[in-house]
Amino acid sequence: MKQERAMVIVGAGEAGTAAAVALRTGGWPGRVILVGSEATLPYERPPLSKGLLTEAEDSGPKFLITAQRLRELAIEYFAGVNVLSIDRATHAVSLQGGQLLTYERLLLATGARPRMLGVPVDPECRMATLRTYADAVAIRQTLRPGCAVVVIGGGFIGLEVAASAVSRGASVTVLEAGPRLLMRAVPASIAERIKTKHLDAGVRIELDATVAGIEAAEEQSLVSLADGRTFLADLVLVGVGAVPNVELAQAAGLAIEKGIAASDTLATSDPDIFTAGDCCSFLHRLYGERVRLEVWRNAWQQGAVAAANMLGSGSAYESVPWFWSDQYDETLQIAGIYGNSDAAINRDLGDKGQISFYLAPDGRLVAACGFGSLATISKDIRIAEKMIGRRIRPDADALANPAIAIKSLTI
Amino acid sequence: MTKIGEWVEVCTSDALAPEEAMRFDHGGRSFAIIRSAEGNFFAIDGHCSHEKVHLADGIVDGSIIECPKHFGTFDYRTGEARALPACVDLRRYDIKVDSDVVFIKI
Repeated sequence: MKQERAMVIVGAGEAGTAAAVALRTGGWPGRVILVGSEATLPYERPPLSKGLLTEAEDSGPKFLITAQRLRELAIEYFAGVNVLSIDRATHAVSLQGGQLLTYERLLLATGARPRMLGVPVDPECRMATLRTYADAVAIRQTLRPGCAVVVIGGGFIGLEVAASAVSRGASVTVLEAGPRLLMRAVPASIAERIKTKHLDAGVRIELDATVAGIEAAEEQSLVSLADGRTFLADLVLVGVGAVPNVELAQAAGLAIEKGIAASDTLATSDPDIFTAGDCCSFLHRLYGERVRLEVWRNAWQQGAVAAANMLGSGSAYESVPWFWSDQYDETLQIAGIYGNSDAAINRDLGDKGQISFYLAPDGRLVAACGFGSLATISKDIRIAEKMIGRRIRPDADALANPAIAIKSLTI
Repeated sequence: MTKIGEWVEVCTSDALAPEEAMRFDHGGRSFAIIRSAEGNFFAIDGHCSHEKVHLADGIVDGSIIECPKHFGTFDYRTGEARALPACVDLRRYDIKVDSDVVFIKI
């Protein structure tokens, strides 16, 4: 019996799930097989650091798709199954348990995992990272009024957990090795506004705080800094970045460069294998360089574009990177790639917030970061995103002037 | 007390510019009132069906209104969800303009 041809997707996060749906809605008549390492239906990760930690009751993961919808689309979902290897010569992947799946085209949406601390840690210490629903449940169960939480890393995950933990009544200290928060992510003036929010909420923030080691201290952990200071914690959360899951691709001999290396159509060095999401480093035409994005919207947009290209559309992925983070009652949104430059054009919206714009040397708008209420910043960031995509060169003085509508600069 | 199917006054027609949206709350419910580029008025449920974010803060483009948080989109003429992550349709409401006053039927 001739087996029906199959599209196989490794990884059932946002990217993999979006791809599975897009393959079917894009007209693929054969099998669509989605393989995920977690036992649940595919779910949204953004709430894990926010609502899931703060809501009175654990309402469970927010699913990306229902079992019924998977059936309607005839997507075969293999839950809680690891993929062990790829045999490119025979177009087959081997699954934990021994099953072989033959693929017509393969999508690697293997995501990323939390980076570990490069310092000695007593194996008895309970260290938390946050990537999965199970991680969030473990953190949630530890959070109670008065418990001491030490967050290592003043990036987005660390700060969102800090905000959630302090709202649950925990005593929270953030240890950041750099001279300020969100060093690689947002301009200094916005980082300062975010820091003020945290301090007002009662979070302690220690900058230039390099962790030297962590040892067990009875039921707690003792975090030591290089400068000799120590902090006791009931929960230590490590939020020092993520590393892409490239091992499966690497073992199959695919090109690796900052992630699984892909062209602008998200094809890897093997034209029958594509990649999308946090593990994918691709050539971005707007920026003329290889970028890897660990952000929600990119994951599902890339999943959809990879699926179209698995079906032969040959479309370049050119979407402007976009990111958001909730910090208490305010929102941060970033469009484009902020190049860690402080040469920003600041549009000061007073107490309501701020938007910082970045122009390339040729005057093109390349990034916009906004912080404030959703109503204050979201429209202008969305318009800025469209301007970035259209390579518009706006007038710098007009960008800085809150009396001039951003919308009027789009031509 | 509001009865089902009652016309309720929203605003004067010059209160909303073309390609803009506004929030309208009534009887414990919230609506998004949208004015198209051609100047016509439309009304749908106010909150995005994906998460509780108000659509009135979103961008109006053609026949689409876009959620300001995660960019789910809806056809504001019908309430139909058009782009992920929005996948549940919103309800649409009849609207009329009478002597430069906009009314919604709720």
